[in-house]
Amino acid sequence: MTNGDFPKLDIKLPQLKPRTIKLIVIGLVVVVVLAGSFYQVNPEEVGVILRFGKYVRMSNPGLHLKIPGVEDLIKVPVARQLKLEFGFRTTSAGIQTQYAVTRETLEEAQMLTGDLNVAIVEWIVQYKIKDPYNYLFKLRDAETTFRYMNEAVVRKFVGDNSVDEIITVGRARIALEVKEELQRLCDLYEIGLQVDQLIFQDVNPPDPVKPSFNEVNESVQEKETKINQAWSEYNQEIPKAEGEANQSIQAAEGYAMERINNAEGDATRFMAIYREYVRAPLVTRKRLYLEAIAEILPKISKKIFIDEKLQNVLPLLNLGEEVKK
Amino acid sequence: MNKQTKLIISMALLVGFIIVIANSFYIVKETNQVIILQFGKPIGEAVTNPGLHIKLPFIRQATYFEKRWLEWNGDVNQIPTRDKKFIEIDTYARWRISDPLVFFQSVRDERGAQSRLDDIIDGETRNAIANYDLEEVVRSTNRVFEETEEAGVLTEREEVVTIETGRDNITEIILKASSIITPAIGIELKDVRIKRINYIEEVRQEVFGRMIAERQRIAAKYRSEGDGRSAEIRGEKERELKRIQSGAYKTAQEIKGKADAEATRIYRPAIDATDPGHESFQGKLAEALWEATPRPGSTGRSQA
Repeated sequence: MTNGDFPKLDIKLPQLKPRTIKLIVIGLVVVVVLAGSFYQVNPEEVGVILRFGKYVRMSNPGLHLKIPGVEDLIKVPVARQLKLEFGFRTTSAGIQTQYAVTRETLEEAQMLTGDLNVAIVEWIVQYKIKDPYNYLFKLRDAETTFRYMNEAVVRKFVGDNSVDEIITVGRARIALEVKEELQRLCDLYEIGLQVDQLIFQDVNPPDPVKPSFNEVNESVQEKETKINQAWSEYNQEIPKAEGEANQSIQAAEGYAMERINNAEGDATRFMAIYREYVRAPLVTRKRLYLEAIAEILPKISKKIFIDEKLQNVLPLLNLGEEVKK
Repeated sequence: MNKQTKLIISMALLVGFIIVIANSFYIVKETNQVIILQFGKPIGEAVTNPGLHIKLPFIRQATYFEKRWLEWNGDVNQIPTRDKKFIEIDTYARWRISDPLVFFQSVRDERGAQSRLDDIIDGETRNAIANYDLEEVVRSTNRVFEETEEAGVLTEREEVVTIETGRDNITEIILKASSIITPAIGIELKDVRIKRINYIEEVRQEVFGRMIAERQRIAAKYRSEGDGRSAEIRGEKERELKRIQSGAYKTAQEIKGKADAEATRIYRPAIDATDPGHESFQGKLAEALWEATPRPGSTGRSQA
């Protein structure tokens, strides 16, 4: 742009006819008025219209008209799910959501239990604006109040439970009781909020105490392990002993059978020989004697025969040498 | 007067007129209530219905107050309970300006009101808490704790304290006592609640110590239970082993004994037939004979 252009512009402006200026001004006014008259309410919102500060009507999502300059619009997101966190803050939500715990949030979460112990209770509450009129006009700073209410009610119920219940079995029940009480309180305060859900996140013993709580869990495991070990020894040894017992009984039965069979066999055999012996006692006796001697003698390594009729120095017949050969 | 001065005068008049008109109206918002002051002196009742209202311009001024319920958040107070336990207590309250005129006269604005409320509610909280044991402040009901497995291990549980008043009623007492005072400053209290109760730092460490000791007791109990039960099982095992082994021995001996007796019974007729007295050579020979007879499993001489 050169310097020469400026004078041209300066000259041009006064050249506009008064009629044109009038038109432009009217046009501007119309635009402003129209812009102030129409308003849009988004799907999740409700529009609240005030005339000179007085509530007159509510408008649903869509395009609407109001008197500009006289009526004011406040949009309230009634369909939006709102959330408050206690005991921690989400610093960046995402796939890997990050949380922060500060001294302040720790104080929110630290509370006394009914058995006068200390527990750290973290929770979230999801709520909606149920009644925009109450929300806007009955109570100032609904969110802060709602925070206080949450803290008071959660502590009230935690104060009526033992630390064990809070950490283990009672969690779901307490959350439900808190939610109901909180809703009751919301209605009492005419805060215009509806509590949708209250969820206990981490419920823990305080950090300095945590290791001893873990120790309890470990000791439970230890106990189970010891008992299991003992049972496994039991199960290893008892069936084996039972087997061995059966074995010895079976062996005894075997022995018994053998003993009886042998006895019967021996007796029968003897009786048979005896019958023959009775018929010719002398011959049989001699034979039996010889048979017995024949059987016995070879088994004896050192045999010394003494003949009483012999008159030698050593009345003995040495047969041992023979056997050695 | 020329034309120009006329124009200026009429313009000035118009502006003045507009200012006067504007000053004759005031807007009361849905969230406000207004009192009208004439040279600082309140005129008439407070205006609480929202909308456009008329007043005398300039002479009378509209002063705005909140109409909604407002928050009050107490400071954290260190208070000893009746049983001499030091706790930090944090309360909150809902209040509103019920009489703007009185409110305006006594505390002027919200800041003044907050500090007056600090005095009133904190004071009443102190009075109330100091009259009760810690348990009364913490608990609201006499609900019996559910016996969890772990709690059941703690045999020497302190005797159950009966809650006579409870937290809800204590806050009710604070509210009632405070509500007697607040109308004097144009304030209505709706609710006082205990937001937080905590042990003071030193006591907290003691409590942690107690909790740790308690858990260690539970852990020790579990461990010794494990030892005890496993020893019991081992004992059971020993007993079973002895029962099985001795039973088997007994049965085996019985069977053997019976068989021995039976064998003796079988032998006897054969021996008796030959030599009733067992004395003769014949008898001895017979004995030697069946002893010498090779038999499977026998203890005869043939195998010696």
